[in-house]
Amino acid sequence: MHQFLKDGAVVPNSWQLVSADTDTPVQGDILLPVSQWQEQRDALANHPGAVGVWIDSHEEIEAFVDAILDLPVIAINFPKFVDGRGFSLARLLRERYEYCGEIRAIGQIIRDQLFFMQRCGFNAFAFETELDLVEAIKSLQDFSDAYQVAVDQPQPLFKRRA
Amino acid sequence: MYQYDQYDQKIVNERVAQYRDQTLRYLAGDISEEEFLPLRLQNGLYIQRLAPMLRIAVPYGLMSSHQVRKIADISRKFDKGYVHFTTRQNIQLNWPRLEEVPDILAELATVEMHAIQTSGNCIRNTTTDQFAGVASDEIEDPRPWCEIIRQWSTLHPEFAFLPRKFKIAVCGSEQDRAAFLLHDIGIQLVLNESGETGFRIFAGGGLGRTPVIASSIREFLPTKHLLTYLDAILRVYNRYGNRDNKYKARIKILVRAWTPLVFAERVEAEWQHLKDGPATLDGHEIERVKGFFSQPDYDVVDSQAVQAQVDALAMEHKGFSRWLDRNVKTQKQNGYACVTLSLKPAGVAPGDVTDRQLDIIADLADRYSFGEIRTTHNQNIVLADVLRSDLFELWQAARTAGLATPNIGTINDMICCPGGDYCSLANAKSIPVAEAIQRKFDDLDYVYDLGDLELNISGCMNACGHHHIGHIGILGVDKKGEEWYQIQLGGSADKNAALGKVLGPSLSRDAVVDSIETLLDVYVENRREQESFLKTYQRIGLDKFKERVYAPVS
Repeated sequence: MHQFLKDGAVVPNSWQLVSADTDTPVQGDILLPVSQWQEQRDALANHPGAVGVWIDSHEEIEAFVDAILDLPVIAINFPKFVDGRGFSLARLLRERYEYCGEIRAIGQIIRDQLFFMQRCGFNAFAFETELDLVEAIKSLQDFSDAYQVAVDQPQPLFKRRA
Repeated sequence: MYQYDQYDQKIVNERVAQYRDQTLRYLAGDISEEEFLPLRLQNGLYIQRLAPMLRIAVPYGLMSSHQVRKIADISRKFDKGYVHFTTRQNIQLNWPRLEEVPDILAELATVEMHAIQTSGNCIRNTTTDQFAGVASDEIEDPRPWCEIIRQWSTLHPEFAFLPRKFKIAVCGSEQDRAAFLLHDIGIQLVLNESGETGFRIFAGGGLGRTPVIASSIREFLPTKHLLTYLDAILRVYNRYGNRDNKYKARIKILVRAWTPLVFAERVEAEWQHLKDGPATLDGHEIERVKGFFSQPDYDVVDSQAVQAQVDALAMEHKGFSRWLDRNVKTQKQNGYACVTLSLKPAGVAPGDVTDRQLDIIADLADRYSFGEIRTTHNQNIVLADVLRSDLFELWQAARTAGLATPNIGTINDMICCPGGDYCSLANAKSIPVAEAIQRKFDDLDYVYDLGDLELNISGCMNACGHHHIGHIGILGVDKKGEEWYQIQLGGSADKNAALGKVLGPSLSRDAVVDSIETLLDVYVENRREQESFLKTYQRIGLDKFKERVYAPVS
């Protein structure tokens, strides 16, 4: 899509998502598979445009996470929207590895997952299919409070009850 | 029981609004069938053979009379005037209209109820002992811990799309009445050497196609660590559970593939990062929740005088005496008893009750059990805290309402799934089998003589009727488009949990009932004094039963 959601707003999408079997574009903002980024890391230092990576839901991020923490964008792929592994990966990036850049949900995500995704640390959402993004923003506000500790609320409800 | 404050109420209200919006967008064609499926399942809505089915959560089986009246009201207004109690202590409506489900949820929210996570690949309703708080063999009341887990699991952002469904049970007593070893996580309250309460944690149990008894993964977990430890288990499962094959996706498969030891190590490693984090429970919260489960205002009772009176009435009324034997259980508080209202009279699908009966149950609870009602995983209703001196009056009222069938724990107190009459997954009908068995064994003296006997029926491998853990289990199978039934023997859901063994080739529906009679004959001929069916089976083995059932007709 030409636009995506970031920090609760619709923004233009300048990023090219590079799949594992395609060549790295020579210019522009690009999201590469982690393995490809690792192989081309030195060459990419002079890339004209921003460089980020995308992780697939099954990946063991512990193996490479330290290397990617300085990148501006880490995207997490949902091969199917019911594949919930990405929720854990986002929390790990934020809570355990203290990643401060953009975490973008990509792949077959649906609007009704936005509230939970945001709680787990995603702040950007790039949908595969056409949908009304302005309407979709509403799903970020499905609930005004929650019981659990998560990225958006580091204190559980039981410590905040008045 | 637990009561919502403004936070709990707001979350449930917002869930109703969210689901209403999802339903409207689905009906408008903005959400595809595929996308709506998990959304409606996470709200307990199945599309069944004949109509949608809505499963309403009854957290750990506890309800107030007020809530029961609301269920009766909903069943009149939105359904056909009856509801079904399930083996997860929940309630099902069989005929709601998809368009009206948001309105049903809004009605439920007015009495602090919902249908959140009653289905789908997420954390389901936490279950426990129906005699929690009154059982004499209890280490500690498990319900505050169930409520703490309920809040933690409700709309958990990380675990809404697990590989498969996930069930947790808590056991607080010596004897297990929650089948906790057959859950994805079984939590047992235990005392350590210094007398502190904590949890022993089991993982990887479950029924379904591959029944497995859970393995212990932590001998002692101090109570304050409950939620961080659960987070660690769920995270390991969420990341590494099988997502390619739905029949290999339960946590039991992962635990078995890794071995319980390795699984425990992986959880422990994950937990080291979460331990002592902000989700660690504090004494204030534990006391707050425990405060909702404080004991009611018991009377001081002259128990000898009351017992004499009850004994005299039992001498006079044989029906009352039978009911006392089967449906009434002593509880730890002097002068009080637990009464099981049977939802298994012959001719009614096990676990079904009418709106009228629900209203009567609510009235009985107000009059005799401090307004509280408990549902059981055996699909009955328990009224606890009943004054023994009220038992006769309660029996009369329950009998008039058709709720006093004295068959608890007997062959006629079957666990039975909705089966092929309702469920689109079923291979075979189960309710007619249950009914045929009840009709066959209608001689109460014979039934009592058989004693404790658990007979469980499932219409398919998914095992909603817990056939693997019945002393006698019946499983519906499909053979070239025809309904056949496999019999299993020797299952048990207690602390020595065991899975039943297949007796032999499957049988037609008519032959099943006759074969059950043959099995019982073998038991009666071989039993020693006071020996139960299960004990006799364990002593003499499967073959004795098998030989007779499959003996050539002479």
